[in-house]
Amino acid sequence: MLYRETGQFKTSYSADMAVMPILQDRVGIAVILFIAAVIIPYFGSGFLIQAVMIPFLIFSLAAIGLNLLTGYTGLLSLGTGAFMGVGAYACYKLTTWFPGVNILIWVIASGFFSAAVGVLFGIPSLRIKGFYLAVATLAAQFFLSWCFIRLPWFYNYNASGAIEVPTRTLAGIPITGATATDTTRYYVVLAIVVAMTWLASNLVHGRIGRMWMAVRDMDLAAELIGIRLLPTKLLAFAVSSFYCGVAGALLVFLWYGGAEPSVFDVNLSFFILFMVIIGGLGSLTGSFFGAALIFILPIVLRYIPPKFGMPIQASMVEHIQFMVIGALIIVFLIVEPNGLARLWQIGKQKLRVWPFPY
Amino acid sequence: MDTLYKIFIDPFMQMGAAPDLLVQTLWEGLVAGVLYALIALGFVLIFKASGIFNFAQGIMVVFAALTLVGLYEHGVPAYVALGLTIAVMFGLAVAVERLMLRPLVNQPDIILFMATFGLTYFLIGFGELVFGGEPKIMIAEQLGLPRGAIDIKMAGGFVALQKIDIAAAIIASIMVTALALFFQKTRIGRALRAVADSHKAALSVGISLEQIWVIVWFAAGLVALTTGIMWGARSQVSFALEIIALKALPVLILGGFTSIPGAIIGGVIIGVGEKLGEFYWGPLLGSGIESWLAYVIALIFLLFRPQGLFGERLIERI
Repeated sequence: MLYRETGQFKTSYSADMAVMPILQDRVGIAVILFIAAVIIPYFGSGFLIQAVMIPFLIFSLAAIGLNLLTGYTGLLSLGTGAFMGVGAYACYKLTTWFPGVNILIWVIASGFFSAAVGVLFGIPSLRIKGFYLAVATLAAQFFLSWCFIRLPWFYNYNASGAIEVPTRTLAGIPITGATATDTTRYYVVLAIVVAMTWLASNLVHGRIGRMWMAVRDMDLAAELIGIRLLPTKLLAFAVSSFYCGVAGALLVFLWYGGAEPSVFDVNLSFFILFMVIIGGLGSLTGSFFGAALIFILPIVLRYIPPKFGMPIQASMVEHIQFMVIGALIIVFLIVEPNGLARLWQIGKQKLRVWPFPY
Repeated sequence: MDTLYKIFIDPFMQMGAAPDLLVQTLWEGLVAGVLYALIALGFVLIFKASGIFNFAQGIMVVFAALTLVGLYEHGVPAYVALGLTIAVMFGLAVAVERLMLRPLVNQPDIILFMATFGLTYFLIGFGELVFGGEPKIMIAEQLGLPRGAIDIKMAGGFVALQKIDIAAAIIASIMVTALALFFQKTRIGRALRAVADSHKAALSVGISLEQIWVIVWFAAGLVALTTGIMWGARSQVSFALEIIALKALPVLILGGFTSIPGAIIGGVIIGVGEKLGEFYWGPLLGSGIESWLAYVIALIFLLFRPQGLFGERLIERI
């Protein structure tokens, strides 16, 4: 009933091929955006905004980046953490060199640095496939992590070896650094994430996205129908790393406010990969679902036991958390290997024919 | 010029000047390589028989070693503890097959890969919950493994060979020979190879996939236990060992995912290359290059042979 598209007539080809052809979808997106932009900042607590929403949006962006590469182009990458690190360090270096330039410009520009590094490490992808490629991208991960730790140039020869985010303003309002309020930072992150999601959606629905998907489904066949493999694969690496780089810069500048090199280690790569797989390979909506589940689940697990008056030690909670997350990953994969995005689609279909079974 | 000299000539001069150091470094590389190879072997066993890239092999090593030490600490005699640990690994293999693999039959590789990630997390949590997170000392002596070192006189000095390392090398070779014989000569081994070739064809001639998977995971568990004992005897048993799983990956891609000899030779190449690089070229770049050198070596090999040194040639058809 809710999703019935009866009476919504399409009169042109482009209307028929729209990303969201059904009115209910468009209304739904508008409602979600309204909640995100108005309700959460005004009625949400500081904890919700700072510790849940900001990181959730940033991780969603990184997951979209990896999804473009792994889900849409079929190139498995385990170097996401390092590419995010490149973005963060590039942004840090740029803003210390040119403090006068608006930080938002540098956040976006740092994505290009990350893209360049991504292309460099993507070159072997033409010859190497599948899990072999995953291990090749691990080379990028370990090499770049090592650079962040061992080359003091990256962190401006700080004694601590960590980077600290200076205060930068936009139209007189501080948006990074210690003086920026949660709400301002939330709005900046939200704006960037929404804009880049919109961009990604247009990319994957257009010619480039189709080329990527053709390569994913079978690269040899794609080559035969005239898709040039190297530029296509490298473009996927570039765009994916761009997204990851921006996400990394946001992570440090608008969430952590400073970072040790260990933030961008291999665990971050795995973390993002979880989000993509659990959310659904080849689905932008899935990236958000995945980020929500993987990021918010541990927070919930941490706060549930005390609610029921169970006195559990902190260390034990952590161990149980690991077990629960591991078990849940397996359960989710068994229940729906195509991810939460597929569950959502099934749910939509059910809503469409409700109250009838089919 | 100076830099070029330092990179291309100076290290070799050093090698020539102190051959005992070179031999020592080579030996350490060899031993590290054997241990990498053992982990890679666990990966290869499972990959060959089920096409699953088992990320949990590293944590299985830790889990096996922790179970062994944990049981011993609770007063179980060493050899009984060893037997019990083998039983636990068998139980794990059965549980993994029943609860994880069977429902996921016929899913894409990446899904199974992710499922082994889930297993990794579960085992980390479970292991820490049961045995605690602090490092433990491996009961090497109680299991009859030798201690101490043999000094061999060499040109210009001594080379110290740890007895435990020699034991590790011997045990690893016995294990590899046994596995190779098992694969080639026995009925189950033949079934395993058939499953590796094609699941469908194997099923249609009446080979039980479930049984094969239990056997393979159990074999990988035994390899993990051996690795855990050896590695634990060299350092300590702790969750930091899990990181060696990541070390085994370049070994794997170097040797090829499907080849047992590949795992061994890849392990030795990576081990020796890593130690030589760290010792002779490390000071130039700053320390810690061990963390990525193996990957770069593997990547260079991979550019010339995309399926690894001994991997099956990839034939693609439309």
